[in-house]
Amino acid sequence: MNRLLDTVPRRAIWALVALLALLLVAPAAVSPYLLSALVLMLYFACVGQSWNLMMGFAGLLSLGHALYAGLGGYVAAALWVHFGIGPWLGAPVAALIAAAAGGVIGALAFRFRVGGVYFALLTIAFAEFTRIGFEHFDWVGGAGGFFLPVAAQADPIDLRGGPILFYYLLLALTACLFLLCRGLSTSRIGYYWIAIREDEEAARALGIDVTHYKLLAITLSAALTALGGTIIAFYGNVLSPGDAFGAQRSIEMILAPLVGGIGTLFGPLLGAAALSLLGEGLRWAIDAAGIQLPGLTQLVYGVVLLLVVRFLPHGIWPALARRLRLER
Amino acid sequence: MALLTIDGIGKRFRGVQAVRDVSFAVEAGTIAALIGPNGAGKTTCFNLIAGSFPPDAGHVSFDGKALDGLRADQVCRAGIGRTFQIVRPFNALSVLDNVVIGALCGTRDVRQARIRAMEVLELLHLDGKAGQRAQTLTLPERKRLEVARALATGPRLLLLDEVMAGLRPTEIDEMVAIFTRLNRDTGLTILLVEHVMRAVMALARHIVVLHHGEVICRGTPDAVVRDPAVIESYLGSEAP
Repeated sequence: MNRLLDTVPRRAIWALVALLALLLVAPAAVSPYLLSALVLMLYFACVGQSWNLMMGFAGLLSLGHALYAGLGGYVAAALWVHFGIGPWLGAPVAALIAAAAGGVIGALAFRFRVGGVYFALLTIAFAEFTRIGFEHFDWVGGAGGFFLPVAAQADPIDLRGGPILFYYLLLALTACLFLLCRGLSTSRIGYYWIAIREDEEAARALGIDVTHYKLLAITLSAALTALGGTIIAFYGNVLSPGDAFGAQRSIEMILAPLVGGIGTLFGPLLGAAALSLLGEGLRWAIDAAGIQLPGLTQLVYGVVLLLVVRFLPHGIWPALARRLRLER
Repeated sequence: MALLTIDGIGKRFRGVQAVRDVSFAVEAGTIAALIGPNGAGKTTCFNLIAGSFPPDAGHVSFDGKALDGLRADQVCRAGIGRTFQIVRPFNALSVLDNVVIGALCGTRDVRQARIRAMEVLELLHLDGKAGQRAQTLTLPERKRLEVARALATGPRLLLLDEVMAGLRPTEIDEMVAIFTRLNRDTGLTILLVEHVMRAVMALARHIVVLHHGEVICRGTPDAVVRDPAVIESYLGSEAP
């Protein structure tokens, strides 16, 4: 069984089309509160998919991915607020800067042969440096936060608008990322990433320039994560270093692929959906039961996560796909 | 003409001089063998040729070009394929995908690489296992997969590190037949490190004997097995 290089059977494609159709009409049917939950779900699907490129394909564990999302948000926001450069232009610039940051981390790590757990520690360290740096960076608001001006009228050119705008934007990004990852997984790059993940030395002996392909994974993952970060920054209208770069955000970002299935195309999507459902469902159930116990939602959420990791160590998707015979 | 020339290479690991001033050449289109007791430095020689680490002294040249300072992946792309003594299949992948990754060395097109990989699998009698996970293969099959992957990169020189070890006599004869045919039909040059003398005698036209990191004898198989120093250090008195 090869989870990444699998050809998607026809039944799965129909299911996907149906799901996409459902998501396209969803905003017309759901409450504003639920819509905001869906926006967050799509955001975590996007950044989860981007993170999965590095970890699931190339086997590089990043625990500081908030760095790239935060950079994406801050760069695009600063370009708009300070220079009047709109996010449609700002987002690609932000992606490039995030890619450069990823490139620097990768170049350092691979030059000094930092791998495995130590690589993960390095990614945390860079995210933390950046958080502390931005707390003292008054040009973008420092520790007090960076606020984006809110416009009275919707204006898609500057990404000013309600949740519906961001919902469709993130849905489009999710779809694009899915197609991109699918394309990559069946290309030479995808094969090479997996070879590196499985055995670096054997990969090298087969003519693979390991450092080059690892750098490609980290820069691409960083750039794509920054795109998601830009959109969510313009949705939230406020950025603070603690929220944008904090370790908690980095952990949140990897939960979807972790729960859904690392190294699979559907894992991040399924994981994001399952976690949103779980979070919102719990809140609703606890409200309905009339229990007033602060932190109970988080507690139950944590227990469910533990159970998933314990009983589905490869995530929901591989188990589901086996059950539904969606894999070869 | 010599395809591979080793000129005075040496390598020291901390206190141990693994290889000292080793020189030999492998003629294009032939099969040569590197033999010697355990710890003689055979695998180190392979690693020096394949670019796993650089030699402390000496030079390796391939087809008239120096390989000095090239990394393992560059050496592979220059036309030298290698297998590992301890097999390293990509366990999570299918047998076919393992070989596809090797074949992608010669083409960017995954479809073409698949066709090439299937050809190589047929050559090594692994085509029936193409869809299986590499993890499920038996040891002899994994050894063949190791060869298939290296062969799929399209090398002009193939370095085989103890691919016969652990095989039964019939399996050894099968492997010998495969390499003989490859060498005859495609002109592939092969350098093998091998303990199984049955295979060495059947395949090699030229043998280099290492002992304590140094060359103690070289020549045709018949001459080498009669050499007193080789019998003393490696073959023992019950030599074939």
